[in-house]
Amino acid sequence: MEIIREPLGGPDDFRSSQLRARDMLRGDLEGPDLEKYVEERILTTTLDKAVSWARGNAMFPATFGLACCAIEMMSIVAGRVDVGRFGFEAFRASPRQADLLILSGRVSIKMAPVVRRIYDQMLEPKWTIAMGACCSSQGVFNNYAIVPADKFMPIDVHVPGCPPRPEALMHGILQLRDMVQGDPSMGWRDRYDAKGTEEVLPGNIGADAINVLGGGESLA
Amino acid sequence: MTEAGLSDYRQQEESITMAQVPTEGTSSELLTLNIGPHHPATHGVLRLIVTLEGEIVRDIKPVIGYVHTGIEKTAEQKAYWKVIPVVERMDYLSYYFNAMTFCGSVETLAQIEVPKRAQYLRVIHMELNRIMSHLVWLGTSALDLGAISMFWYCFRERDAILDLFEMSSGQRMHTRYFQVGGVIDDIPQGFERNLRRFIATMPERADQYADLLEKNEIVLQRLRGTCPLSEERLLDIGVTGPLLRAASNPWDLRKAAPYSSYEDFDFKIPVGTVGDNYDRYRVRHAEIYESVKIIEQALDGLPEGPHITEDRKYALPPRHELATSMEALIHHFKLVTEGFRVPEGEAYFPIESPRGELACFIRSDGSSKPARVHMRDPSFVNLQATAEMCRDSYIADLIATLAMVDPVLGGIDR
Amino acid sequence: MPDATGLELIAGELRDQAAESVLRTDHNRGRAELEIAPSAVRPVIGFLKERGYSFLTSVHGLDYWPDEPRLGVIWELLNMSNADRITVKTRVTIENPVVASVCDLWSGANHPEREVYDMFGVEFEGHPDLRRILMPEDYEGHPQRRDFPIGGEEVLFTYNEPTMPGWTE
Repeated sequence: MEIIREPLGGPDDFRSSQLRARDMLRGDLEGPDLEKYVEERILTTTLDKAVSWARGNAMFPATFGLACCAIEMMSIVAGRVDVGRFGFEAFRASPRQADLLILSGRVSIKMAPVVRRIYDQMLEPKWTIAMGACCSSQGVFNNYAIVPADKFMPIDVHVPGCPPRPEALMHGILQLRDMVQGDPSMGWRDRYDAKGTEEVLPGNIGADAINVLGGGESLA
Repeated sequence: MTEAGLSDYRQQEESITMAQVPTEGTSSELLTLNIGPHHPATHGVLRLIVTLEGEIVRDIKPVIGYVHTGIEKTAEQKAYWKVIPVVERMDYLSYYFNAMTFCGSVETLAQIEVPKRAQYLRVIHMELNRIMSHLVWLGTSALDLGAISMFWYCFRERDAILDLFEMSSGQRMHTRYFQVGGVIDDIPQGFERNLRRFIATMPERADQYADLLEKNEIVLQRLRGTCPLSEERLLDIGVTGPLLRAASNPWDLRKAAPYSSYEDFDFKIPVGTVGDNYDRYRVRHAEIYESVKIIEQALDGLPEGPHITEDRKYALPPRHELATSMEALIHHFKLVTEGFRVPEGEAYFPIESPRGELACFIRSDGSSKPARVHMRDPSFVNLQATAEMCRDSYIADLIATLAMVDPVLGGIDR
Repeated sequence: MPDATGLELIAGELRDQAAESVLRTDHNRGRAELEIAPSAVRPVIGFLKERGYSFLTSVHGLDYWPDEPRLGVIWELLNMSNADRITVKTRVTIENPVVASVCDLWSGANHPEREVYDMFGVEFEGHPDLRRILMPEDYEGHPQRRDFPIGGEEVLFTYNEPTMPGWTE
């Protein structure tokens, strides 16, 4: 009986990669084969980028519903605009376990110190989204009772709307996610050194910037 | 921080009172616990200072004002037309009712006749809003009790209703659809078809919610027999709405003092017997079916006609008239710049919102801005009943009762 | 609503009991209103409660500026057996804003009266716990009076950004 051996299809054939794996285990892989083997399996990146990627994909929002925007925030958890697709459905009640504070609703003067306390209880790194017009500026209510959230805590993303559609809030959350994952085209805003409404891009951080790694004095 | 410098208010916030309570054998201490204002199980930013003996609640003091928005004072600065969006954001789950009571008040003062078609459209939207408010209540209450899946089912229906609102007015919430004299625009083509499709499926969905919850032993144990309050106490406190109906008093303003053509419709008022948490849940759940019936009757009997009053002093003329008629242009100009003037006087217009009697008190001084707008919110008065309801029951019953009382802090704090 | 004659009959009975209690009656656009003197609040409201208006729907206040006396307090009463409503109003001055509390008649008047105190400064005699309910406890001023400023922020545009305090350095 004749034994017909099929030739190997090429270096990308499944059989050849199996053989390479066998050789690797035996310690027999050398040179370009070894490099190719390693390339196929290892993702090289900086630690920062990896951590940012992980942070952005699993943020725990804090349950912080104040007024009407809270109902629209609840509806992003619901089935139509599903925030669980991105890994954000685990709303944590305790601020110590949360890293995203979605301020949804109007912040009154009685509530402002409470919000600040909760923000302070959150652990670094933390981000905030001001959802809706009332907490970003004063919204419909330009009067004695409402405080815009910028006055007492730093906000990363403002989502306009009264209330913003769930899709709009999703867009805001995804923008924040891009910022967290370090997408340079987002113009990472240095919240400790930003002045007014300018955007501070990585290239133009001044020499006297505080608390910015690589752009002035180092943290010491 | 020394004790000597604390005001009474700050002293209330301290966590342990060390008051001794004599019981058999040992004496136990009363613990003052602060629940909220940031707490997963409150419906909004409600702060409760609870005095506990072990796990039994001895007293509750609600502290409110954490979403006080100054709506009533803001409304004094704006023309009547512009007050409608401000006032809508008060009780943020029943925005059509807020707008209805305000518009009804202005219409009483100005003696404007609302056309029949507008009244029916108002009824349709208000009953849809009632269903939506009860769905949010049901979803979040079940979430508080631990039945987490209900949340997704109820919000699925809620999204269907918000699609209908978006179809008729362009906005999901706070739609500014009700205007003084009628509604802002007629319903578009396809609205009726979508609405019929919705009300065909809604009763079956409500049956599914009942199936999910009512045979569950845990839900029954948490709701049945917990925190009842008698009808006399409720009337003394001034409670209206499903809470009063759960205690077997069939007071409903849609039947007792009908407004906006509610007398044309045939529907029942669900009434409970015992007045405990289970009855409160059943009354609200049954109201969903009745609202569906009302919507169906309103759709079947929807008359032809204008969707807003023809009185050009109060309602904008249709745009095609602006090109041909000078009076229409002048009316449009006056209405948009200054707004309409309402004759002097005071009016109080009560309606039945999903939480009870919602009323708007307006004082007009003859100008185009109201001199005083006060919204009588049902949750503001109903909240006083929680202290009596929860006395001498467990803290878990307190959470369930808060869920069943359905306070909406936007309305409480205004 | 009791019709005009019904209102006059009630006013007549009240005047028989205490001559100066009822200052004015008004039946207008379906609303029956009794204006009474501030000192007669408890007897009149007690009388109306006996007469069948046993449900207190609302207690609210208003500021009649520039008319004197400025502060008004309104009680809306409801007769549930025949769906009748009656409004009782009284007016007090800013210098002496004292009115009797109806908390002993209805315990549900507690929060509404606290709100009237908070927003207008009307003090209710006999209220078990009169303190601010919506504003912070240490707030000064009564916001809903007509001479209290509306407050709020100036709207920020790029042209007035440099002049806003603390916005830019």
